[in-house]
Amino acid sequence: MRKTALSDEILLNIEKPARYIGGEVNSVYKDARNVDIRFAMCFPDVYEIGMSHLGIQILYDMFNRREDTWCERVYSPWLDLDKELRRLRQPLFALESQDEVRKFDFLGITIQFEMCYTNILQILDLSHIPLHAADRTKDHPFVIGGGPCAYNPEPLAEFFDMFYIGEGETAYDRLFDVYKEWKSSGASRQDFLRAAAGIEGIYVPAFYDVEYREDGTIASFAPNDPCAPRTVRKQVVMDMTEAPYPMKPVVPYIKATQDRVVLEIQRGCIRGCRFCQAGMIYRPTRERSADTLKEYARAMLANTGHEEISLSSLSSSDYSKLGELVTFLIDEFKDKGINISLPSLRIDAFSLDVMSKVQDIRKSSLTFAPEAGSQRMRDVINKGLTEEEILTGAGQAFEGGWTKVKLYFMLGLPTETEEDMKDIARLSDRVARRYYEIPKEQRRGRCQITASSSFFVPKPFTPFQWASMHPAEEYDRRAHLVNDEFREQLNRKSLKYNWHDADVTVLEGVMARGDRRVAKVIERAYRLGCLFDSWTESFHNDLWMQAFADTGVDIAFYTQRERKEDERFPWDFIDIGVTRSFLWREWKRAQEGIVTPNCRESCSGCGAAGFGGGVCHESKD
Amino acid sequence: MKARIKFRKYGILRFIGHLDVMRYFQKVMRRAGIPIAFTGGFSPHMVMSFASPLGIGLESDGEYLDVELSAPVESAEAVRRMNEAGVEGIEVLSFRQIADEKKMTGMTILAAADYLIAPGDVPHAAGAIPWDWKEKFASFLEQEEIRVIKQTKRSEREVDIRPLVFSWKSVPEGIVVRLAAGSSENLKPELLMDTFVRTWPEPDKEKALHGPVFSFRRLELYAFLSEKGQEGGFVSLESLGHDITT
Repeated sequence: MRKTALSDEILLNIEKPARYIGGEVNSVYKDARNVDIRFAMCFPDVYEIGMSHLGIQILYDMFNRREDTWCERVYSPWLDLDKELRRLRQPLFALESQDEVRKFDFLGITIQFEMCYTNILQILDLSHIPLHAADRTKDHPFVIGGGPCAYNPEPLAEFFDMFYIGEGETAYDRLFDVYKEWKSSGASRQDFLRAAAGIEGIYVPAFYDVEYREDGTIASFAPNDPCAPRTVRKQVVMDMTEAPYPMKPVVPYIKATQDRVVLEIQRGCIRGCRFCQAGMIYRPTRERSADTLKEYARAMLANTGHEEISLSSLSSSDYSKLGELVTFLIDEFKDKGINISLPSLRIDAFSLDVMSKVQDIRKSSLTFAPEAGSQRMRDVINKGLTEEEILTGAGQAFEGGWTKVKLYFMLGLPTETEEDMKDIARLSDRVARRYYEIPKEQRRGRCQITASSSFFVPKPFTPFQWASMHPAEEYDRRAHLVNDEFREQLNRKSLKYNWHDADVTVLEGVMARGDRRVAKVIERAYRLGCLFDSWTESFHNDLWMQAFADTGVDIAFYTQRERKEDERFPWDFIDIGVTRSFLWREWKRAQEGIVTPNCRESCSGCGAAGFGGGVCHESKD
Repeated sequence: MKARIKFRKYGILRFIGHLDVMRYFQKVMRRAGIPIAFTGGFSPHMVMSFASPLGIGLESDGEYLDVELSAPVESAEAVRRMNEAGVEGIEVLSFRQIADEKKMTGMTILAAADYLIAPGDVPHAAGAIPWDWKEKFASFLEQEEIRVIKQTKRSEREVDIRPLVFSWKSVPEGIVVRLAAGSSENLKPELLMDTFVRTWPEPDKEKALHGPVFSFRRLELYAFLSEKGQEGGFVSLESLGHDITT
């Protein structure tokens, strides 16, 4: 019978013990004695969040297809268990075997958002693995990071032995083969790192030195070992249809945030919104074949027993076979009590027709992401959505019976004026007006327009990587200005406005474009007790501020500076295929408010065509 | 057509709460291809009801849920398919057709539950439980009434739990008690033993109150059946169904 690392006494006294026991349907069990590589795959947040992540399910399945490898899962112990593990000095364990993580060959950590950085230190600390890569010995696992935040790994560089830059499907097999060879050779830890650094897509921070100028910017960034390449090229799967995909994803006992079958229909996005990192780093856009996806849907529903299926992509409406796929899902599964969920759809006649078939119009709400209130601002960010399109879509929706609309905006965008900010409220009001144009006897009571704004954070590898941010007080001022404008609107009683926390925004800004010197702030904040910073109940801005003060790191240097054209960025050693000159061109066009066409309208020569596939070569196929 | 499923819950699945067991069964039915009836509407769900939720940490040999079938399925076949699609820790024991009447659901007719109570497998249990605890339990139950404060989500009230203990016997591992269960009267074994422990002399009492010293295992759930002119009796929920053969 399966064991638990935790005693019954602990399990009965913590919240949701099912987070820590493993044994879920489709979890993979192997005999530890019969494998060469034990890999602990970690999502540094609670189980319910981590279990909802598609990327980990893909890699878990892919690694476990190898007979010589056993990949298990690790999530962040919630604050209650964190305390118990420290009290008992009990090392953190992986879910399947319940064995200590520190005994594994690899600890892989996916880095999905900046506010999980202290959780990464918690994982290392609770596993009794030295926080600093330099302090690890042959008895410790190799700690490898991946995911979108690995595109600027520098703030975390000293905590990781290596980073995997790009999509996991391509280079891990190679890394594992090299590891097996090294393990049987008895060579030093350093030797494996050297061999790993030679694999395309692998970045070993210890083999690079950084020098800074007096003004704090980077003077040079160069390899200090012949094994390390000058640039690290991101990894891309070129044939999405043939790429491994988990037919038997793990089914949690407790309700995960994403409790459904997820079909990844495509990777990348043709739109080129200038704030969006995903839109750049996942270039070129690549589709999975609809026939394959149909097979996957059948198999995955049968293997999981899930009662819902959802499509995943950055912009589902741009998937060329969307109509065919959605019609299939409805015809095939609707009668079997399967819910069909369609996120990230552009609102038009087609999507409204489909949505009226799969959801209860009275209860559901429609979502638009205009991202900015004014057309001028939308042109700056290259969001190719016009006010007319929004109002037409909303109008059709209202006539179709919907009464609830959600609108997503960003505040604090480059070149933003007070008029742009106020237009968030005005646009929301015009959506409401469109509703009240419907004759009274044909509409159902009041409409509910909920507008939410987050504050813009410039991300590496976007045209806005040169942009400056504001201090927290300025963000608050802008949100209040928008809020006041909402109160001035005709339909204010039908409008609701929410905004995000400004303190978190500033921290995200520092982490997103930080360099190696930011590491000491993260470590200090962790030592002061920061953990689960993305959870409002456990976020302590005062402790973070103290960490900056204690380490002498200047927030404004990282956030409030507009970078010069030729400034060397911490992440410049990574080659994402999209060229820096394209990003700069886009930054200039943004300032002039010039829209750039999407990849299907015309190629703008971003550089991603060099990968030799995807949307860049569609018409030539 | 209605069916009653009896299952066992053991091992690490002790730590899965009632709501998650419900979710587990919804998914297992789909994986096993059991033809379950759905409610209508935009988010249809399976017609499924559990006889009695089991607390976190308890093992059970006699858990029940009733389902509505949209087509008949052979009992042995259903059991086999559900166990194949299941996990270690939940084992389906039987799958039987039951009467269609609403008032015959497990939840409605549930009257009693058997529990095996034994010294727990925790370090402090050994020293805290007196050697003659069974004799003490016998005299504890000789009282005419045992008044305790029963806390519910909304209120607390004083109740006499003595009539809710129908019978008990000594077994090698500990004791087996039959307690009132169901929607009208329900006694949890934890409350019974906690009340019992409070009658112990010091220092045993203090040691025992420090943490849980007994372990509990549900053994079976019963309905109370009485036919005209005959004395009534407890029958297991399982015995009210019969195997489906097609």
